[in-house]
Amino acid sequence: MSAEMVTCVIDGIELEVEKNTLIIRAAEQAGIMIPRFCDHPLLKPVAACRQCLVDVASPAGPEGKLRAFPKPQPACAIAVTPGMVVNTQLTSAAARTAQEQVAELILINHPLDCPICDKGGECPLQNQAISTGRPISRFNDKKNTFPKPLQLTPQILLDRERCVLCQRCTRFAAQIPGDPFIALQKRGANQQIGRFDAATLGYAPSCGEAVDEAVDDSVTPAGEPFAGYFAGNVIQICPVGALTSAAYRFRARPFDLVSTASVAEHDSNCSTVRVDCRRGAVLRRMAGDDPNMGQEWITDKDRFAFRWQVAADRLRRPQVRVDGALQPVSWPVAIAAAAAILREAQAGTGVGVLPGGRLTLEDAFAYAEFARRVLGTDNVDFRARASSPEEAQFLAHHVAATGVGVTCDELVAAPAVLFAGFDPEDEGGVLFLRLRAAGTKVFSLAPFASRAIKRLGGRTIPLAPGAEAQFLGELAESAESAESAESAVVESAAAGARPAADVVELREALRAGGVIVVGERLATRPGAYAAALRAAQSTGARLVWIPRRAGERAAVEAGLLPGLLVGGRTADAVERDAALRLFGRERPPAGGMDLPRMLAAAAVGDLDALLIGGLEIADLPDPALAQVALRRTKVVALQVRGDELAEWADVVLPVAPPQEKTGTYINWEGRLRPFPQVLTSTAPSDARVLQAITDKLGYAVHFARVGKVHEVLEDLGAPEGRPAPPNRPAAAASPLAAGEAVLSSWRQLVDDAAGVAEEPYLTASSIAARARLAPATAEALGVTTGDVVTVSTARGAISLPLVVEAGMVEDVVHLPLKSPGSWVHATLGAADGSVVRLTASPAGPAKEEDE
Amino acid sequence: MSALAPLLTKRWGDERSWTLESYRRAGGYEALAKALALTPGEVLATVKDSGLRGRGGAGFPTGVKWSFLPPPDGGPRYLVVNADESEPGTCKDIPLLMADPHSLIEGIAITAYAIGCHHAFVYLRGEVVHVYRRLLAAAREAAEAGLLGPSVMGSGYDLRLTVHAGAGAYICGEETALLDSLEGRRGQPRLKPPFPAVAGLYARPTVVNNVESIASVPWIVLGGADWWKSMGTEKSTGVAIYSLSGHVARPGQYEAPLGVTMRQLLELAGGVRAGHELKFWMPGGSSTPMFTPEQLDVPLDYDSVAGAGSMLGTRALQVFDETVCVTRAVTRWMEFYAHESCGKCTPCREGTFWLRAVLRRIEGGQGRAEDMQILDDIPKSIVGRAFCPLGDGAPSSLVSSLKFFREEYLRHIELGRCPFDRRASELFEEADR
Repeated sequence: MSAEMVTCVIDGIELEVEKNTLIIRAAEQAGIMIPRFCDHPLLKPVAACRQCLVDVASPAGPEGKLRAFPKPQPACAIAVTPGMVVNTQLTSAAARTAQEQVAELILINHPLDCPICDKGGECPLQNQAISTGRPISRFNDKKNTFPKPLQLTPQILLDRERCVLCQRCTRFAAQIPGDPFIALQKRGANQQIGRFDAATLGYAPSCGEAVDEAVDDSVTPAGEPFAGYFAGNVIQICPVGALTSAAYRFRARPFDLVSTASVAEHDSNCSTVRVDCRRGAVLRRMAGDDPNMGQEWITDKDRFAFRWQVAADRLRRPQVRVDGALQPVSWPVAIAAAAAILREAQAGTGVGVLPGGRLTLEDAFAYAEFARRVLGTDNVDFRARASSPEEAQFLAHHVAATGVGVTCDELVAAPAVLFAGFDPEDEGGVLFLRLRAAGTKVFSLAPFASRAIKRLGGRTIPLAPGAEAQFLGELAESAESAESAESAVVESAAAGARPAADVVELREALRAGGVIVVGERLATRPGAYAAALRAAQSTGARLVWIPRRAGERAAVEAGLLPGLLVGGRTADAVERDAALRLFGRERPPAGGMDLPRMLAAAAVGDLDALLIGGLEIADLPDPALAQVALRRTKVVALQVRGDELAEWADVVLPVAPPQEKTGTYINWEGRLRPFPQVLTSTAPSDARVLQAITDKLGYAVHFARVGKVHEVLEDLGAPEGRPAPPNRPAAAASPLAAGEAVLSSWRQLVDDAAGVAEEPYLTASSIAARARLAPATAEALGVTTGDVVTVSTARGAISLPLVVEAGMVEDVVHLPLKSPGSWVHATLGAADGSVVRLTASPAGPAKEEDE
Repeated sequence: MSALAPLLTKRWGDERSWTLESYRRAGGYEALAKALALTPGEVLATVKDSGLRGRGGAGFPTGVKWSFLPPPDGGPRYLVVNADESEPGTCKDIPLLMADPHSLIEGIAITAYAIGCHHAFVYLRGEVVHVYRRLLAAAREAAEAGLLGPSVMGSGYDLRLTVHAGAGAYICGEETALLDSLEGRRGQPRLKPPFPAVAGLYARPTVVNNVESIASVPWIVLGGADWWKSMGTEKSTGVAIYSLSGHVARPGQYEAPLGVTMRQLLELAGGVRAGHELKFWMPGGSSTPMFTPEQLDVPLDYDSVAGAGSMLGTRALQVFDETVCVTRAVTRWMEFYAHESCGKCTPCREGTFWLRAVLRRIEGGQGRAEDMQILDDIPKSIVGRAFCPLGDGAPSSLVSSLKFFREEYLRHIELGRCPFDRRASELFEEADR
């Protein structure tokens, strides 16, 4: 695929660039930097700041004589044409003069407060004032001033007098995430960026109620309009110091920071970030350049949530339970205590290993080796969330040791993408931005059109949670049978409320090279993975699993599932000498339990010890059972943080958070995402701690060190055969009794995750939890938007203000899975797809939930 | 020769001239009937042939503009009439709409028919509520009489007209800003290309014309291109409205063939106010460089005025006699541009802000010697650097005043006060600022 090329001359340098390249980009290719403010390669040109004026001449007339434009032209808005001759400030006095004139004007209303500005030292305005501005200002009159700072969101502050009105921020918000939370207001020199503010705009209260239907009525916990999950990017692209981060403001000077290129730990995109620290503390994170994933954008969670790694409950010293309470001890004592517990349990009813889903590949590898070679158990499950044996089968069949599969670039270029059990923004992060930028056609199997689907212009195929398997099965059948539209899925669509045309379009788009994305939520839908595999096979679509957590793909590769060994091998299929080589045994341990079974066994005393890592009880589908199990059994915990450990851990071994170790994540594409150690630290990695226990137990097993794991996996290669796919049939939905509804629930991108601890500005900028119901269901219940509804089970109840969601499937209630005021697992003991009771709460105004 | 040639203003004095009844009695909507009997291509050719040039200021040939529309593709194409008359001194469209709104509606119907448009818009300056109401009433009358609607005059050609009131921004007179505003967005000029002819209103092919241009169309259709060309000059054909204001005995609208001179118009208007003499005048509104008595005999057509160093603009002839302090007049204009700058581009936003600050100081007696350098330099930082032509026009009055009256600015700075008696220049008592 070669693009059409165009030859032009810039400052006397002849160069060939792709057609439609803007002059400013072409100049960059020639190594010429034209000053600019409003220009940004990922935003549409506006040519507003006029800083990039250059002289342009292009051939005109039949003879193609060069004709110069009568005045300098904005390099950011004009594409190079064949034979164009451009003279920048380097070779044209006119261009140089024009740029100097604009630079002088840019600065007249700027406060020149670089010494106290966060941006000072890394500021494009500062740089260009030096390269293009005057040494001394000629402006001797009164500058515009504004009260400062203006809080755009709890996290983003605006100093209006520093702003040069380039509109990068407003264009980003409107064009990239589609969350236009800010706009230009007023005009002339009073023009300013802001959110809607009646005082700024001089709106009288008598202007009446807003008549427009709000596109998005999401609000923050304080009731302010939600600004989106990506708003923090505006701070980074602001070419001056106008937009600052509340968490970072006045904390450091850029030239005192040490930057490290790293990888974010919050989602399975594993976005590239730049970590800036000073004197041993991380002060901020910025988006790195990542053309194949997030481009230059990251989520606010990746940007702002890093203090969890040094939170107040960070574990600093090993502890051992003595006389019923945890006591700090030395490392050797703690290691010995852990070894003793594990040795005893090994001799007894066994050990369960629950390493969590946030591990690096290296640590996952160590856990897998430790479980199978040292402990000799197959009781290992990384999935600290709702899961199923069928999912483990699916992962072993379709994901493990498949290398790089569908890439982000391929996904967004697909003719259509179908999401099943996956929300592209809440659970997809920057993937959402890529889809939106590419204009990818998306279909979603969901009970209602989420914010993300609405902003992607996608189609929702309305399904109650649990109906996905049947739908995917019918889709597969329809693709397998005739070419005609008269197939089962269409009929069933006609019978139900599904738009049949959408379904036919979906099927044909999948046949044309579409992609099916399955998320971890399909685990709770019997038969769904089998149906998804069949739908992919019958349509020829590619199928990709996108987990939420950064460590899940690496855990699959390392074999942290019962029955799944490293490199996609399975216990029953691995050959004898390979088993000997890998596990030092003829037969690797087999028949292990998964997490729910381990907890159930431990709860009744059938498992003597649990080895846990990074486990959050509230994330488990049944936290109450987990509490019982952890209290009953001996627990060795390798954790970064955890106050709750005091209740049930017997040995606490503090391990390093990501920024204090080096390692590799594997993102959902299957790409290795290595990152270096950012901070000097004595905290050991999980692998090092496990090695110490191994040594103490007297095993001559040496885990591969960082850098070597890649080699081991590479040497291993892909397995010869793959285990059988899951073949569980779809389960018919059980009929609902009066007052019951099916629960739909997934995690919002920023919620009560452990990763957002001690980030008050970020959490204050997130979406407040709301319950969602279809209009008919709400009407039957006698409630409307703003009323409080209560969702309950035998375990407990959650009451939230209601949003009536047009087009939602009836008899379904949606709650965020772990947002403030809505801890579904912990409070209800229920999961996505459970049946719950629905009641209207006693009359009274919706009370805003507290922090 | 009597310079007056009333066509557009012919009916203004009629009894209840704004009503459909009155308009029809004076021959109204005959041109529309004639046009509907022709093919759209024939109507377009007639207007193109007439040489009619845009009356909104730039003077671009109207028929040529229409012919820039791409061939029909089955989708909508729009006609948008620019009635956002906001230039200081310009006051022709609003009286026309007040006295003779049907002439615009008839022109719209003919133009829309010629370009294949079925939904036309008028974007009216929002402050003139009385004009808005009158235009709405006229549109209603026309629709009720079948002159607009599903079958215009029974021809089967359907046309909808929407009259929209802006919110009072000078920038919305710039055609692309107008389109953004009409779409419900913030009124700021768009990047061109694409030009409105290709992607205008709602990204569809769009013609944007001034009120007076469109109101001239029925006359061209009735009288023919040759008759229209028999008036005016070779390259500036036909007649146009000249708005005289300021220190003249009889300010008002004077309709004359293009090419009439200021001397002729001043005679018609009774000359400069009694006992005074002309000091300077603006040929086309405050965005055009000023003229002095030396240019009284320059023919007021597009090319002659351009040749004399200014622009015909909107033919808003503002007359200033010897009592006027140029610095004061220019400061008022600069205040207007600083206030009305849309803020999109740096040169206009910051440049007018700075010039206003400096001019206010000079006018107030706090001028400094180095200010003259600023007044000389900053206009150069705006002109040719701004995003849209409105920015380029903002410093025109200042630059030209420095050319003709530089010593007056210096005098302000030397004296530390204004050397003029402000009261002497005032036409109205108690006009205290």
